Formats: sequence, structure tokens, C-alpha cells
Amino acid sequence: MSFLIDSGIMFTSQVLFFGFGWLFFMRKLFKDYEVRQYVVQVIFSVTFAFSCTMFELIIFEILGVLNSSSRYFHWKLNLCVILLILVFMVPFYIGYFVVSNIRLLHRQKLLFACVLWLTFMYFFWKLGDPFPILSPKHGILSIEQLISRVGVIGVTLMALLSGFGAVNCPYTYMSYFLRNVTDADILALERRLLQTMDMIVSKKKRIAVAHRTMFQRGEVHNKPTGFWGMIKSVTTSVPGSENLSLIQQEVDALEELSRQLFLETADLHATKERIEYSKTFQGKYFNFMGYFFSIYCVWKIFMATINIVFDRVGKTDPVTRGIEITVNYLGIQFDVKFWSQHISFILVGIIIVTSIRGLLITLTKFFYAISSSKSSNVIVLLLAQIMGMYFVSSVLLIRMSMPPEYRTIITEVLGELQFNFYHRWFDVIFLVSALSSILFLYLAHKQAPEKHMAL
Amino acid sequence: MAALDRVKVLVLGDSGVGKSSLVHLLCHNQVLGNPSWTVGCSVDVRIHDYKEGTPEEKTYYIELWDVGGSVGSATSVKSTRAVFYNLLNGIILVHDLTNKKSSQNLYRWTLEALNRDVAPTGVLVTNGDYDREQFADNQIPLLVIGTKLDQIPETKRNEVLTRTAFLAEDFNAEEINLDCTNPRYLAAGSSNAVKLSRFFDKVIEKRYFLRDGNQIPGFSERKRFGGGTLKSLHYD
Repeated sequence: MSFLIDSGIMFTSQVLFFGFGWLFFMRKLFKDYEVRQYVVQVIFSVTFAFSCTMFELIIFEILGVLNSSSRYFHWKLNLCVILLILVFMVPFYIGYFVVSNIRLLHRQKLLFACVLWLTFMYFFWKLGDPFPILSPKHGILSIEQLISRVGVIGVTLMALLSGFGAVNCPYTYMSYFLRNVTDADILALERRLLQTMDMIVSKKKRIAVAHRTMFQRGEVHNKPTGFWGMIKSVTTSVPGSENLSLIQQEVDALEELSRQLFLETADLHATKERIEYSKTFQGKYFNFMGYFFSIYCVWKIFMATINIVFDRVGKTDPVTRGIEITVNYLGIQFDVKFWSQHISFILVGIIIVTSIRGLLITLTKFFYAISSSKSSNVIVLLLAQIMGMYFVSSVLLIRMSMPPEYRTIITEVLGELQFNFYHRWFDVIFLVSALSSILFLYLAHKQAPEKHMAL
Repeated sequence: MAALDRVKVLVLGDSGVGKSSLVHLLCHNQVLGNPSWTVGCSVDVRIHDYKEGTPEEKTYYIELWDVGGSVGSATSVKSTRAVFYNLLNGIILVHDLTNKKSSQNLYRWTLEALNRDVAPTGVLVTNGDYDREQFADNQIPLLVIGTKLDQIPETKRNEVLTRTAFLAEDFNAEEINLDCTNPRYLAAGSSNAVKLSRFFDKVIEKRYFLRDGNQIPGFSERKRFGGGTLKSLHYD
């Protein structure tokens, strides 16, 4: 009986998460597009719902809500469904939508989609070979095999995003890095842009007039085709067409220049806005926070290096260590069991909420930046895939932040994964990502003022 | 120079509706083979015979400025785009017949181009009366073009065409519905070609001729007549 009640609670919460994912999709992601294929929206919401349910189960584990055996059952069920979605459904639909965008392959969409999916599965399987992920005791299609590979991809993504975010956050917050932009700079650049457009227009007018006169005179302006055409064009070349192709080349070069100027002007406008913003109260607050975040970022890089160099993976979680310190060094006595439960609940809850929120915001920004009306379906599905893998590997890594008595269920359900490997891998990728972001931002920052000097 | 006698028509619309294909079709009478994203603004020139077939026939160059981007862009991108909206003589509004949102966004595009921005929340009341008031005192000729007509199945065509007729009425503009990959929609003599020709004639009239039929004098004296609600960039 209690199993039924528990299942009912789980199901209701899943429906709630599904609804939230649906709304998010409609309101935020697809607000400028029309949803024509509802499949995409359903898949996205389902992935979101099952990922959130995993986090919910962790919280229930800590708080001791629901029957322990029904929790275990739901864990297994949830994990199977999520793996099914991430490995079978989403990649297949990505392949299907990619194929339907290409006009040539329209006829046999399903066939090519299956081919793409098989290629994906092949590479996905090969991914597990170089990593010492798990013992060879298990069969081919077991949960451990799939989860280990999904975990590797997800952890790589997490570390890349973390590294970049840790460096980018102080860079955007602090006004120390803002270049000085005056109104005169912007006006000068805009004037150049308009002058370039004028030049393009006048050249195009000449081309248009030339075409029209040739058309009226009855000459058809064709490129010499065929063997005899080429022979003829050697001796009797039309002088007009040579000039025209020269002008056309100039026009192409000018158009490229106009695009560059446009992007630079947009950049200057954005910088000017940021300077304005930094003078407001909110801006000053963020600037201040930026200093804290830069210290935090440096500390994290330092810790990652230490972990790798000294080959040390954290043995105890922060909650237990914190309690140890307070009890042993500060001599404060309190009910360890009670407090450890509540503190780990709060800590894990904060980690979960901030990572979900952070990921959704990043995904939305990414989507706005690169999607167009043709590719929006494919991109949303890719984002759903990334989101699913990210959340699965968050569960793997969150295990480290929990006291041992709550880790059991994750260890039980996920089987004999080498969890330490994942933490080491996270540290390595985080370090690589953070250092390359620093290098990249440094180069971008240095290059920008030089461009304006050349004006 | 060219700034003295230009006739500038903006081509506005959401990303991916087919503005670049349309402009190519209008200027070269050919279908664009490989459309790609427009960054910034791309200009093309169409030679138009004003009052074709009458003794007052004269040839003009019409510049079609195809401005890329989306209506929900960042303010910095909008401020950069605003540079192209100076000295407008006409606006062609392009929307995708298969995508309702692109038609709704046309209101915001028009307001952005005419410098009367909607509130930042972007809440738009599409009540018929409200819109006509906004555009009632607008002097600039508008034309509404719907693209991708071939992708609408026959059964839904009537419903879509009624909707776009309402849209065009709101803007007090003519409307043309076509498929940019098929030149026959704008074949000489078809009703679409006639509407297009009339639109360009109207643009040229507003630009060069006063209401009583006299021609507007040259550039230096034009400043005396004022630019109305248009923003002008000073070239000094």
C-alpha cells in the first residue's frame, strides 16, 4: 500500500516537472519561433522531468521521505528511462531532423536517420575504451556500461562549463577590464560604415546599368560554356564583362568590410552600455562581487592543481569535515546526526538548484545566439541531450558532497563505477578549461584596442 | 553625389523569412542560389521605370536595404541598426506565411524603423484601432510581402490569406504573397508586378514630387522642408 502512495507522489512530482519544462520551452526558448513539431517539445520536457526527478530522489534520500525499497525501485526505473531517452530517442530524433533539413535525402528520411544513429552508437561505444571506467565483469548492455559512458561525456561538459564560467564571471563583472569608448569613436565608426555602404551602392548601380544596356542590346551575358565557348572567348572577349567582374570583386570585398564594421560598431555600443551600467548602483555591486569571484576562481584552480599533482581525491565530504572541525577544534558539542542531515540537505539543495538554474540560463543564451528558423529543432534536441547528460553526471559527482550514510543508494543503483576516476577527470578538464579561457580572454582583450588604434 | 538623389527602401523582417532571396529576385530577376545569413546590412539596386508607358517615364535607381537580425536583439545591436534607418523613403515588410510570429513581429519592426519604440516589456496590444492610430500619421509608404507561399497546403490557404489581408489593412498597405524561389509570381503583367510597380511609383512620388505635382528641388534646399519625424545623420 505504501508503495502505491509513494509511486503516486513520485508520479505527481514528475508531472509537475514536465509542466515546468513545457512552459520553459514555450516561454523562453521558442519565444520567437513557431512550434511545428510537438515531438521536440515533448522530448525536451520529458528529459527535463526525469532529470529533476533524480535530484528529487537524492533529496528524499537525505530527508528520509518515502519507503526505502520504493525509493530504490524508483531510482532504477528513473535511471533506465533516462538512459533510454539519452542513448536511443534523442540521438535518433537529432539524426531525423538533420536529415529532413537536407533536401537531397528527403525521400528516405528514416533510413538515413537510422544510419546516423548507428554511427552515433559506434562512437559512443568506442568512447569507453581509453578510460579505466569499470571492471570487465559486466555484460554488454548493462546499465553500468551505458552510465559510465554518459558520465564521461557529462563530466567533461560540466568541467568545461565550470572552468569557463569561473573565469568569465569575474571578467564580465569587474569594470577594470572595460575598454574606454567615447561617443566620438562610435560616430566615427558609423560614418565609415555608411560611407562603405554608399560605395557599394554606387558600384552596384554601375553593374545594374551595364546589365540593362547589354540586355536591351540583345546580348545575353553568359559565361563562356562548353569547349567552343572557351576557344571563342580567347580571341573575342567582351570588354564590358571583364570590367563587370572586376567591379563585382570590389563589391564583394566592400561587403565583407561592411560586415566587419557593423560587428565592430555593435561591439562598441555594447561596451558603452556596460560602462553606463557600471556607473549605476547595481553595476557597482556586481563589480564588488567580481573581486570575490576572482578570488574564488583562483582558489579553485589552485585546489584542482593540488589534487592532480598530489594525486589526492577528497576522502571526506565538506559536511562531515565541517562538523569535525567545529567539534574537535572549536569544541562545540551538538547532535551530529541531526545537524548533518539538515546541513547536507541544505548544501545539496543549493548545489542542485544553482546548477539547474545555471544550466538553463546558459542553454537559453546559447540557443538565442546560434539558432535560426531552420535549425531550431536540431539545436533544441542537442540542448536536451546536453542537459540530460549534465544532470546524470551531476548525480555522480554530488555523491562526493554527501555524508557516507546517504551515498549508499547512489552506489547501490549505479553499481561498481570508479567514482574517483570521475573526480580526477573533472579536475583535469576544469584546469584545462580554466587556463585556456584565461588565455583566450587575454588574447581577445589585447586584440580589441589595437583594432581601434588602426582607425 | 549619390546621397543627393537616392531613393532608399528598407526591407525589414524576422530572421529567416526570405528577405535576401526576395531582394535578389527583385533586383536581378533571378532566384538566389545559396542564401546565407545576413550580417549587418546588404544593399542591392533595382532599376525602376517611373510611370512606365506614359510620356513622363523616367528611370530611377531604387536602393533596397536588407537589414538583418531579429526584433528581440540586444539594445546595442538595435542602436547599431538604427544607423541604416536614416532618410527612409519606403519600407517593405517581409513575413513568413508559415510562421505566425514573424507576422506579429512586423509591428515591432515598423515601430523600430519609425523611431517610435514600444515599451521594453514588449507587450503589444494588437487591437485594430490602437494600431491604426500609431500608423495613421505615417508618411512613408509600406508594402507587406508574405513569403514561402508554396509551403502552405491548399486547404489552409484561405485561412492564411485572410489573416494576412487583415495585417496589410492594419498597416494601410498593399500586400503581395509569393514564393521567392519561383520568378513567375513577379512575372511582367501579373497583379503582383503591378502592385510592386505602384508601390515604387508611390515611393518615388513622395520623395521627389510635392502633392501638387511640382518636383521637390535639390538637396541643399530640401532641408528647409524639414524631415518630419525622420532622424538625420550629419555628415560634417
